[in-house]
Amino acid sequence: MLTGPASGQRLVALCALGLLVFNGPLLRLWLGPLALFALWAALITALAWLLERGGGD
Amino acid sequence: MPAAVVLGASLAYLLALFGVAAWADRRAAAGRSVIGNAWVYALSLAVYCSAWTYFGSVGRAASGGIAFLPIYLGPTLAMVLAWLVLRKMVRIAKTWRITSIADFIASRYGKSRLLAGLVTLIALAGVVPYIALQLKAVAGGWAVLTGPASDGVALSPSAVALIVALVLAAFTVAFGTRHLDTSERHEGLVAAIAAESVVKLVAFIAVGLFVTWGLFAGPGDLFERALAEPALARLIQPAADAPFAAGSWFTLLLLAGLSVLLLPRQFQVMVVENVDESHIRRAAWAFPAYLLLINLFVLPLALAGTLRFGPGADAETFVLALPLAAGQPALALLAFVGGLSAATGMVIVEAIAVSTMVCNDLVLPALLRVRRFATRDPGAWLLPIRRVVIVGLMGLGWLYGRVAGETAALVSIGLISFAAVAQFAPALLGGIYWKGGTRDGAFAGLAAGALLWAWTLLVPAFARSGWLDMALLEHGPLGLAWLKPEALFGLSGLDGLSHAMLWSLVANIGLYVGVSLARPPSAREASQALLFVDVFEQAADERVFWRGRARVDDLVALLARFVGAERAQALRPAGAAAFADPALVQRTETLLAGAVGSASARVLVASVVDEDRLGMADLRRIVEEATELRQRNRQLQELDRLKDDFMSSVTHELRTPLTSIRALSELMRDDEQMAAAQRTHFLGLVVAESERLTRLVNQVLDLAKIESGHAEWRSVDVDLGALLEQAVSTTAALFAGRGAVVELLKPAQVPPLRADPDRLLQVLLNLLANAAKFVPAGSGRVRVRLQVKAASLAVEVQDNGPGVPPGQQALIFEKFRQGGDGSSRPPGGTGLGLPISRRIVEHFGGTLWLRSVPGQGACFGFEIPRVHKNEETTP
Repeated sequence: MLTGPASGQRLVALCALGLLVFNGPLLRLWLGPLALFALWAALITALAWLLERGGGD
Repeated sequence: MPAAVVLGASLAYLLALFGVAAWADRRAAAGRSVIGNAWVYALSLAVYCSAWTYFGSVGRAASGGIAFLPIYLGPTLAMVLAWLVLRKMVRIAKTWRITSIADFIASRYGKSRLLAGLVTLIALAGVVPYIALQLKAVAGGWAVLTGPASDGVALSPSAVALIVALVLAAFTVAFGTRHLDTSERHEGLVAAIAAESVVKLVAFIAVGLFVTWGLFAGPGDLFERALAEPALARLIQPAADAPFAAGSWFTLLLLAGLSVLLLPRQFQVMVVENVDESHIRRAAWAFPAYLLLINLFVLPLALAGTLRFGPGADAETFVLALPLAAGQPALALLAFVGGLSAATGMVIVEAIAVSTMVCNDLVLPALLRVRRFATRDPGAWLLPIRRVVIVGLMGLGWLYGRVAGETAALVSIGLISFAAVAQFAPALLGGIYWKGGTRDGAFAGLAAGALLWAWTLLVPAFARSGWLDMALLEHGPLGLAWLKPEALFGLSGLDGLSHAMLWSLVANIGLYVGVSLARPPSAREASQALLFVDVFEQAADERVFWRGRARVDDLVALLARFVGAERAQALRPAGAAAFADPALVQRTETLLAGAVGSASARVLVASVVDEDRLGMADLRRIVEEATELRQRNRQLQELDRLKDDFMSSVTHELRTPLTSIRALSELMRDDEQMAAAQRTHFLGLVVAESERLTRLVNQVLDLAKIESGHAEWRSVDVDLGALLEQAVSTTAALFAGRGAVVELLKPAQVPPLRADPDRLLQVLLNLLANAAKFVPAGSGRVRVRLQVKAASLAVEVQDNGPGVPPGQQALIFEKFRQGGDGSSRPPGGTGLGLPISRRIVEHFGGTLWLRSVPGQGACFGFEIPRVHKNEETTP
């Protein structure tokens, strides 16, 4: 259920993870276009999963 | 391609756009809105992808590989937090009818006109070049498509840009300035924007598919051939030791992430045009998915174009040039229409957003100062002003593009705009999470940020365009090297954008926080801070920070001048009150804010009412009162619920005996041959059930009387010892019938008690009857004990029944909750005896309790003070 502070924390955590993955030293690991697009799609999928399975709050 | 064909296709497309918008407006008028849908909302957010995305990304990819991606990764990361941040912004904007980002920031900091004006100016400075860029992109596309050898219709790019600007101005005026109240949704416009998002996506992907699979044998082939060229291989897979501009990457990520919330057009579609907060849930991932899709073929197009036309070609035209060179004019035309839709969507929404700001926050405040204007009918002027501003904005954009000419590349203008609106971030985001921010802090931060933005980004761009002396960049103004725009205070080694963002945001955030902390917020700032930061915690009417005297007629008349007489009259409360309550004044101001912005609404309302100046102490009192009121409302709701529960229990309890009485009576009526013994047995049951019914009704009435405070209480000296003896003898037959022994222990001398003897007897009888019910048949033992304590008397009734399990001990004092399970419980109870007894004891200031260990019987008891507080109040 996407309710209360826990759901908010998950979103913040996902955003922090995204910032980490798409920045700095880690980024050097997947500077190729294929890897970047794959990671991008994974981030969107995770976000969609978090948001869409949440009920109304 | 013949210019007439391109012109015809473009005009046909724009006409179709008018059609979509008109259709959506008609549907909305018929009550079947097409934009009340999360997918349409998500598509409308894609107005983010302007011509800069459509043409510019390929250009950027051709020179920097994946360096174009942060512009889209940033918004993706920002949208991860949309459900938290954007939803809060939407809730605030909807509650207070906020219609632009300038209004949002101004409203937060005490409805400051100064702040609204400053934000509008910054937005204007950022947006005009951006509009110029869109017009220029369309004109550039036109030039590529029609080619140098133009036939018949000879149109210069500048003329094309002017035609586009005029058509778009007409569209925006037609669908963007329908209502005066800008907080009303622009149905047709949003539908058209969503349609444009589909067109540009389809067109771009069509070109991508054609180039990848039509000109090459799929992405594998394309990438293989690109890898064979060292210059292109570097774009696809940078060497592990190649220098990577991590700083610039991060700056772009941050900038794009902020812009997606703060660009005036984004604020318009995301916040102002939002129909339903829950749409954010889907748009938050669907919009990033759209961004991913539209960028899938950017790199393939950049690679294919460079392979085809060589490294020196203008990569920003590849989307058009590739299909043209491959002999696919129809596809090229589709690509052009896609680019046109990207440009038009951006220009239209931006024009509406900025025209609202300019009208409400620059023009109107100036006009309201002119007495002659203010006393006439300013409402009638608003729409014409907004229309003139829209046309003016388009004209400015076109003019800027004409003057700037080919001086700056597409991408750099876009980024300069992003950097301008990023200056709103501290005041806006700080304002919705931090109550300490003040107007002065926001103003200082914004002003410093904007100045540094102009100095470090705009001045260099102007200098490179030849409008300023390049010596300024090389040596600083008047030879002051530490003021060099691109190496301010000697900071070098950063790219221009990162350098500008660093200085402007450091100054902006620093001054915002520093100046805010230097002086405590005024009452008005503090009240707005509460309304914004705690928006999820209260409804609009719960906290009204206004005190004074206002006549209803004045408020209605004021409102009528701006939103029409009909809506104004709807505000008039029922009854003929001449003076308005504070909530009505606040509602008037909010409604007015939807039309003229919160800052002007404040001034207008203040001009017709007589208001008190609120201090911080008043503010605290209002907040406390609101909290108290809220609690009381909650209690009332709880009481209401309890009453409903009680009513349903009562009807349920009444139905049980009624059902058996009716069933038995029907049996006896229908069976005339029934044996006399059977009939007598049935009649006995009917009588018993009727008695139970009577008892139940009496007890319900009794309880209702006690609870409502209408019961009559006597207060006389009571000899509790004698009362106990009476109770035991009254119930003697009951115990004898069960074969139980009752033992009464009491001291010889019992001091008198002030109470109502009938009520106390009721309690004693209830406890004894309870015990009689639960003792084991034949071997029951009940001990009744009266103790005299220092200031009170205590009675205990101990039985040797099964006892009450711990889980039920609290429940049996609730109405209609009887002890034991249905099968073991003796019949005849109503479930009201104990609740009534407890209320009687409590009325005399005492307590009724139960001590029970399962298997060792139950002990009910009560203790009543000899003199209680209710004694004096009831004779």
